[in-house]
Amino acid sequence: MDPSAPSLHKHGSSMASNSSGSSSDRQRVAQQRLRIIAGHLQRPVDEEAAVLAAECKAKGSKADVPKVTEEKTVPRRRQEIMKWNGWGYSDSRFLFNKKGQAEFTGKRYRLSGMIIPGLKDWMEGTFGASMQHKMPATPILNSDAVKPPTLNEAFVDDLKSTSIPFSHDAEDRVFRSHGHCLHEIFALREGKVGRVPDMVVWPNCHNDVVKIVELACKHNVCLIPYGGGTSVSSALECPPEETRSIVSLDTSQMNRILWIDEKNLTAHVEAGIVGQDLERLLNESGYCTGHEPDSMEFSSLGGWVATRASGMKKNIYGNIEDLVVHVKMVTPQGVIEKSCQGPRMSTGPDVHHFILGSEGTLGVVTEVTMKIRPMPEYQKYGSVVFPNFEQGVACLREVARQRCAPASIRLMDNEQFKFGHALKPQVSSLFTSFLDGLKTFYITKFKGFDPNRLCVATLLFEGNREKVLQHEKQVYDIAAKFGGLAAGEDNGQRGYMLTFVIAYLRDLGMDYYVIGESFETSVPWDRVLDICRNVKARIVGECKERAVQFPPLSTCRVTQTYDAGACVYFYFAFNYRGLSDPVHVYEQVEHAAREEILANGGSLSHHHGVGKLRKEWMRETISNVGMGMLKSVKDYVDPNNIFGNRNLL
Amino acid sequence: MTSSAVCSHRDPMLKKRDDFEDMLEERRNSSDLRYALRCYTPVVYKGLAPCKANQLKNMVLQSEQIHYVINQVSKEMGKAVDEVQEEVSSILEEMAQRLQLSTVRFFAFTLSKVFKTLFRSICVNEEGIQRLQQAIQEHPVVLLPSHRSYMDFLLMSYILYTYDLALPVIAAGMDFMAMKFVGEMLRMSGAFFIRRSFGGDKLYWAVFSEYVKTMLKNGYAPVEFFLEGTRSRTCKSLTPKLGLLNIVMDPFLKGQVYDINLVPVSISYERILEESLYARELLGVPKPKESTSGLFKARKVLSEDYGSIHVYFGQPVSVRSLAQGRVNRCQFNLKPRHIPRRPSEDIQSFVNDSAYRLVRAQEENMVLKPWVLLASLLLQNHHQNQAEGQKRGITLDELTESAVWLRDLSRHYGAFLHWPDHTPPSEVVASSLSLHQGLVRISEGRVQLALEQGGQAKPEKPHSTITPEEDLLSQAVVVLSCASYRNQALHVFLRPALLASAIHAASSNNKQDIYNSFSFLRNMFSNEFILCPGATIEDFEEACFLLVKTGALQVTQQEVVVTERGHRTLTFLTSMLDPFLQGYQVVCRFLCEEATEALTEKQFVPAVRKFIIKHLLAGRLRYSEVLSSDLQKNSLAALLRLGAVRKIKGAEQETLKVNQVMVNSLEDTLGGKLPTQKAAVARL
Ligand SMILES: Cc1cc2nc3c(=O)[nH]c(=O)nc-3n(C[C@H](O)[C@H](O)[C@H](O)COP(=O)(O)OP(=O)(O)OC[C@H]3O[C@@H](n4cnc5c(N)ncnc54)[C@H](O)[C@@H]3O)c2cc1C
Repeated sequence: MDPSAPSLHKHGSSMASNSSGSSSDRQRVAQQRLRIIAGHLQRPVDEEAAVLAAECKAKGSKADVPKVTEEKTVPRRRQEIMKWNGWGYSDSRFLFNKKGQAEFTGKRYRLSGMIIPGLKDWMEGTFGASMQHKMPATPILNSDAVKPPTLNEAFVDDLKSTSIPFSHDAEDRVFRSHGHCLHEIFALREGKVGRVPDMVVWPNCHNDVVKIVELACKHNVCLIPYGGGTSVSSALECPPEETRSIVSLDTSQMNRILWIDEKNLTAHVEAGIVGQDLERLLNESGYCTGHEPDSMEFSSLGGWVATRASGMKKNIYGNIEDLVVHVKMVTPQGVIEKSCQGPRMSTGPDVHHFILGSEGTLGVVTEVTMKIRPMPEYQKYGSVVFPNFEQGVACLREVARQRCAPASIRLMDNEQFKFGHALKPQVSSLFTSFLDGLKTFYITKFKGFDPNRLCVATLLFEGNREKVLQHEKQVYDIAAKFGGLAAGEDNGQRGYMLTFVIAYLRDLGMDYYVIGESFETSVPWDRVLDICRNVKARIVGECKERAVQFPPLSTCRVTQTYDAGACVYFYFAFNYRGLSDPVHVYEQVEHAAREEILANGGSLSHHHGVGKLRKEWMRETISNVGMGMLKSVKDYVDPNNIFGNRNLL
Repeated sequence: MTSSAVCSHRDPMLKKRDDFEDMLEERRNSSDLRYALRCYTPVVYKGLAPCKANQLKNMVLQSEQIHYVINQVSKEMGKAVDEVQEEVSSILEEMAQRLQLSTVRFFAFTLSKVFKTLFRSICVNEEGIQRLQQAIQEHPVVLLPSHRSYMDFLLMSYILYTYDLALPVIAAGMDFMAMKFVGEMLRMSGAFFIRRSFGGDKLYWAVFSEYVKTMLKNGYAPVEFFLEGTRSRTCKSLTPKLGLLNIVMDPFLKGQVYDINLVPVSISYERILEESLYARELLGVPKPKESTSGLFKARKVLSEDYGSIHVYFGQPVSVRSLAQGRVNRCQFNLKPRHIPRRPSEDIQSFVNDSAYRLVRAQEENMVLKPWVLLASLLLQNHHQNQAEGQKRGITLDELTESAVWLRDLSRHYGAFLHWPDHTPPSEVVASSLSLHQGLVRISEGRVQLALEQGGQAKPEKPHSTITPEEDLLSQAVVVLSCASYRNQALHVFLRPALLASAIHAASSNNKQDIYNSFSFLRNMFSNEFILCPGATIEDFEEACFLLVKTGALQVTQQEVVVTERGHRTLTFLTSMLDPFLQGYQVVCRFLCEEATEALTEKQFVPAVRKFIIKHLLAGRLRYSEVLSSDLQKNSLAALLRLGAVRKIKGAEQETLKVNQVMVNSLEDTLGGKLPTQKAAVARL
């Protein structure tokens, strides 16, 4: 590895981006970002929305935000650019081409248009999947499968008079009836649709939301806030028992940065903005939030607040709760917000913490003041290979003890290491496979690392160049103490890419009878190894018990470090051929895995939230009194359960 | 592979058991030396962290647990940390095994010779061996053999070596250490030594448990110990001791390993080496201290025929599945796991229940030889004749007929009986009797217990000078020896026998009355026999099921009625339990009549023995087996448990305080003079 040849690819480059620039020029980065969204902008802009947006903005913002802000990544009709029954952009997906090689389509991502030769073998070897056995998804939504909407006429009439756009088109409704849990996507692929919202509204600004909530209260309509739709906790599912008209409140059109305060390094932003837009727009002014959850292409600021999201660079920038300075939320009781923007207050329990993690049960987050930072001058990926997972964890623990964690540090287990290798594209200037091969040889042969035990930590350093290099040395020195060998930038970068394409990969798996999901927890340091081992083993055991024919993929990585513990992320997938109800089997196994997590001292969730999927464990997690506290807040704020998605409690 | 189903099937007849292979056969046909030196490459635990025996000590010394306790002890006792650390080192030094393949090879060679002279065969279920091999690879393994002989653990290691399985480390009592050389040999064959009692010694406990856990967690070797804690002198399973089981379950409960496989192993001896030794020990002839020379004296045993041994490796029991839905493992979430703490109540009861299930699993796979049935019949016959003043003994034909009847009955009850079905029953009986000729006499075609000469015990004085008491004791040696064989079958008949006795005691056919009586007896005897805690209803149902199945009972909603053909069965069953019923009553009588204020627990056994001898000599009691200190201690334990006797802290010693009213009423209830309800009230 040559430290003098910095690689400046933003890891975000694995997000939509085509170029592989190596200059630190801000302008250039911004340009890249612009190109990303160019595709979206080609479609006709919704006239009406544009007008309304202008209106709202006239009140809100005098900031000198560049004109480009007008461009929106997320159109009202999301299905025009995104899959209705899978992850991400319609034009981007994995497939096996005529030669039987895996390929990633489209032009948005670094991996786009590339052949991934190892993937087929890996899928066959890992899952016993076969190219002969295909399980394609239903291509087009059959509107007949969607029940006609239950409309609350009075509400609709009043809504019309506000001229806030809405729709009860089947496609619009179905799109907002789910997040990205396995069972949700699996059902859609089969063309099955359950209870869906009866209509969708697109408020354009805070005041629109106030109006909608007022009307909903007046007419007893159930509201479900919808941000990016990336929920993985069944949070967006409509409660089947809900008899009222359900309205999905899509925040995507509230996506402006209203002002930037360079003195205090804050930005005031509408909550519907999605991560990639927020970063892109801030980048144009030389700033960033640094909040980068893996779902940042599609997840929204309001969604982050509502779920207590965590970004991979939290070590520098903090998690969402650290980033939020001020929040505005519209509730049935009115608007809640603090009167000032003091950086810390001792004013009783922090009311922000009722909002953070409220999962759409109390109201709609409309505007957020967030901390911003100057864009980092320099970024560098890295990776370290350890002889085994135990050593890797010990190293991460030491890094945390010395509080010198890089912007991101993630430790993948052996299975994920192999997975990463399977994803190497064929030819690319970025993926110097020859060198990689040499390194593999070096690691496995010369140093006596067992290829079936070694594991890899991926690193991302950020900051000023000198400090980054210094920091890098410190971390590699610690790693060396634990038998770690530096394994190059590419390995590191590929690791991060993996997390962005994993959701696309799941769709490919499902084409070939493989279903899977990820889930996460946080756990004290001394239990990290135990929880990883036991949860993985539990998954394997449960699959066996349930007659899953091929051993599942059961793998984990340590994705975040804290002073007192770590966040652990599990992937679990299996070949379901021969099972009559694979989703049920899947859910039973996931349930068992969660029980195992809790039994091993892990938390119910580090960042995905509770939603409806993990509700049953809430009481034991926060105690009876804790439940009572949350419940009484809900009862006060929303006595008629207008925000009736029934998450959490 | 592993199963949580430790408990019996609904119909015990349907229980599937593996076949046996005689492992001595090959030893008789090929070189012992080559066998002892052959290549030994056992499979190991997949998560094995390889380390040497002496590294283990360091791992223990450096563990967080020990650090914590060292600091604690040093603070509490005002000792320097170094000093405490030294103590830990020397405890480890005293305790640690030094497993060496060469020693095991030595044993493999010598034991081959010894076993071939002592035993006709050593039969092992090879499927069990295969299961064990699998289990060893998957998770850390704990071997739980039954304990009837000193031989047990050498035998276990010998078998594992023979089948190329990982050699275990074995928890052994310190008494072996008295024999310097043997102790060291055993150490080198994997034994580690634990002090018999270390009550409040925090440091010792911590070191000991950490030592065991370290070996277990790392998959260093299967850990072997005896659930019963000590050799059962009576051949009845002993109520399990929980200390070590607690320790080996801990790493699972705290999530340090994914699972642990517990493997119950049932070792049954056709003839036990220590047979009369045990009987004498139970009668109060003090046990010879295990000394090397003592063991060598045992040389004379080498000339005798001890029949065969059956070793059955049971289904591995996964601790995880035992704990499933029973233990909330989250209870360990809020405190660092290395800080020692008392197990919570639910863990205690979980470990206790598991222990009982495991002992039951041992019992169920214990092979019974025909002699076990004969011993039961001969004992009953002995007591019956004694009572009726009849001619002694039973004709061979009668005995054979009864044995065949009992064979069928026991099979219906699920006994693991090894009765050679292709041999005529008379031959089976004859060969069993000849193997146990020290205990039986055949004269004039009648079979009886060999009481006249005091069995094997050689009369040391001329006949004339033997006191009646001495005569009684020497007869008792034979009776107790016989009883130890009968006891091997007790677990088969126990539940039906409790029911039979309950029917006998109850004043009516009313099912509820009988259940109450059953429940009373079961409760009374739960220190005597292996009765899973809290399983009264299941046991009652099982007993009803078995007796109904064999046509001995009719059970309706309200009533339990003995059928015409059921009388024989019920008589047999009640007779089987009668010595225990009588024994407990005598102990109660003793406590009421003779216990003084100052009676200590230590004095209890000698005093009650004197009392019983008096009663036996006076002919007020027929069962000399009541002289067994085991029974006496068990009954006292039961009375203490029920609160009829209390331990009072005295100035110097703890004394036993007897609740006369309660003990009296318990005695009457046992004697069928009081309905069970009353006793229940009295108990409160
Ligand atoms: C591939 C993938 C990767 C992911 N990676 C991460 C990650 O790295 N870190 C992480 O934290 N999470 C991650 N997630 C989970 C998910 O992205 C987060 O929970 C995210 O915060 C959800 O935001 P959203 O805008 O998509 O919200 P939605 O999915 O639309 O909604 C989630 C919940 O928030 C409520 N909600 C949404 N907007 C508002 C609002 N404005 N006001 C009130 N309530 C609202 C909804 O009612 C719902 O209950 C990932 C998910 C996927 C599919």
